[in-house]
Amino acid sequence: MSDAGTTYTSTYSPDDPYGSTSTDESGRVFTVGGGDWDEIVNAVDPMESERIVVNMGPQHPSTHGVLRMVLELEGETVARSRVVIGYLHTGIEKNMEFRNWTQAVTFITRCDYLAPFSNELTYCLGVERLLDIEDQIPERVKVIRVLLAELQRISSHLVWLATGGMEIGAITMMLFGFREREQILAILEMITGLRMNHAYFRPGGVAQDLPPGAVDRIREFIPYMYEKVEEYESLLSANPIWLRRLKGVGFLDTRGCLQLGVTGPLLRASGLAWDLRKEMPYSGYENYDFDVVTEPDGDCFARYLVRINEIRQSLRIIEQAVDRLRPGPIMVADKKIAWPAQLALGADGLGNSLDHIRRIMGQSMEALIHHFKLVTEGFRVPAGQVYVPIESPRGELAAHIVSDGGTRPYRVHLRDPSFVNLQAVPALTEGGMISDVVASVASIDPVMGGVDR
Amino acid sequence: MTEPRDRTPDASPPPQQQPPPRPRGVLGDLLAPVAGFGVTFRTMFKKVVTEEYPEEKLPTAPRYHGRHVLNRHPDGLEKCIGCELCAWACPADAIYVEGADNTEEERFSPGERYGAIYQINYLRCIFCGLCIEACPTRALTMTNEYELADDSREDLIYTKEQLLSPLLAGMEAPPHPMRLGDSDQDYYLGGASGPTAGDGA
Ligand code: SF4
Ligand code: SF4
Repeated sequence: MSDAGTTYTSTYSPDDPYGSTSTDESGRVFTVGGGDWDEIVNAVDPMESERIVVNMGPQHPSTHGVLRMVLELEGETVARSRVVIGYLHTGIEKNMEFRNWTQAVTFITRCDYLAPFSNELTYCLGVERLLDIEDQIPERVKVIRVLLAELQRISSHLVWLATGGMEIGAITMMLFGFREREQILAILEMITGLRMNHAYFRPGGVAQDLPPGAVDRIREFIPYMYEKVEEYESLLSANPIWLRRLKGVGFLDTRGCLQLGVTGPLLRASGLAWDLRKEMPYSGYENYDFDVVTEPDGDCFARYLVRINEIRQSLRIIEQAVDRLRPGPIMVADKKIAWPAQLALGADGLGNSLDHIRRIMGQSMEALIHHFKLVTEGFRVPAGQVYVPIESPRGELAAHIVSDGGTRPYRVHLRDPSFVNLQAVPALTEGGMISDVVASVASIDPVMGGVDR
Repeated sequence: MTEPRDRTPDASPPPQQQPPPRPRGVLGDLLAPVAGFGVTFRTMFKKVVTEEYPEEKLPTAPRYHGRHVLNRHPDGLEKCIGCELCAWACPADAIYVEGADNTEEERFSPGERYGAIYQINYLRCIFCGLCIEACPTRALTMTNEYELADDSREDLIYTKEQLLSPLLAGMEAPPHPMRLGDSDQDYYLGGASGPTAGDGA
């Protein structure tokens, strides 16, 4: 018998002269009717004296950053597991209240650092809805946003595959995953100038247009990546160790997911085809042809399959997005909102183009005033609040933005999927083996930057 | 909004959702568990992707956000006019600027003002690039230089002298009068193809 959670209530009655004082039923009370004492004790709870508490993390190579887990173990069985977070708290949400609406992008992009574009996207969509300029967003902006968000979904899933693989011993997968991610980061660096934390999406558009050659580079990447996904599958999908570490481990069904608010690949791996790109399309996702990947099993292996196939679906979206790119503006026309930069490369590096400088410094007083006002003060956003959820690589991500009508956010709260999904840790791990804790937590794919913000 | 779709967990997924598995045959099924090792084995003969930094430095993307530089006009005058827009734009409060007036005897930049004190604190800078987007004169640009590590806080606060671009051929160290026109407008109106464009874009 090892049902540790059961409470045995007393069978003594209050009018029993010898048992009336036993009113404390918080612990276990046993009634014994003879027999060998040792046998009885062992039958009740063989591990009682052996229950040990193990702190796993925050500095542990397989807890995905600074996640701490407090595990109560009975032998190798996890009796209780609790997560402790907060080791990566950065004050991002609070800081944003002291920066103008455009500067805030540089903060929010740093939350979930494996999918910065998703953070920027939900924030920018929210600000645009508050400004009521959603229908003025140029088509090219929407396509670029989808393109980059999907590229990043692939890179995020690759990091998951790489680190998750490494944690259960598939070192080759770690090297493969980071190898391909490097290609994506190179593309992102080419476009935004940064490998991570791009601050490239701005309320009203994007910071600068795609550089020459970027589209070709992405086009070359698509078949390369399709081929690599095949390679991962031949490496892992039939690998007996991989299967035995993941199949039937960390089970959570749809009902459990819904009750815990779990979204993203975990929910889809339990069989529910819930994807915000389909359910509440944003940034033009309704125009793309792709499938919502689901798996019925609800275990770690199903989550692996979902993510692998989502990489394929993202590639499909990227293919279509590249074809949809048409020349056009990359910022809304409204000069009172549009961030005034016109960057150009020169021998002296990256800076505002000299033609832009001629216009603001020499020709148009109005343009100069807009430039000054936008940079020093920013634009005002009508009072109100929005919540625009998007499908990040980890699930439903949204910024709840409140404006008091000023030039800075009054409050920005991020509903980060990693944070919510971590709630599922006890459901995934309790009653299982300690070695499966690693696989289960990895299958959630939490990013602590987003959890703690 | 799209059509409401059937999302019940038990509904079997539509058949086209997954790419069809590649047919493997009996032998393939037998060998599948070890097929992974084939991938590992083949990889041994592929080109290694490791970058041998620091022995071998690969160039960054041209747009890469690296160390800043303060530029000059082709006659050597500084482009910075001390307007502090870069400091206003900086979300990390990394820039400190103090402007001062140009005089006829001591002129550092075209126009009225110049940046007398200019510092960028690389302990704070997050390389977001908002400052270069804010600069109205292309005085501030970002280069591709990324090796900025140092071992003291003081050394990471770059001063104007460190940030100013070196004098190129034909440039004269300020202070000196405007050589390329009578007013600052002559410096700006040329645009990218004008006579004062220098090496900017
Ligand atoms: S790059 Fe960003 S953080 Fe760095 S100085 Fe410029 S505005 Fe400030
Ligand atoms: S670098 Fe540019 S923005 Fe900053 S003070 Fe000088 S001119 Fe103004």
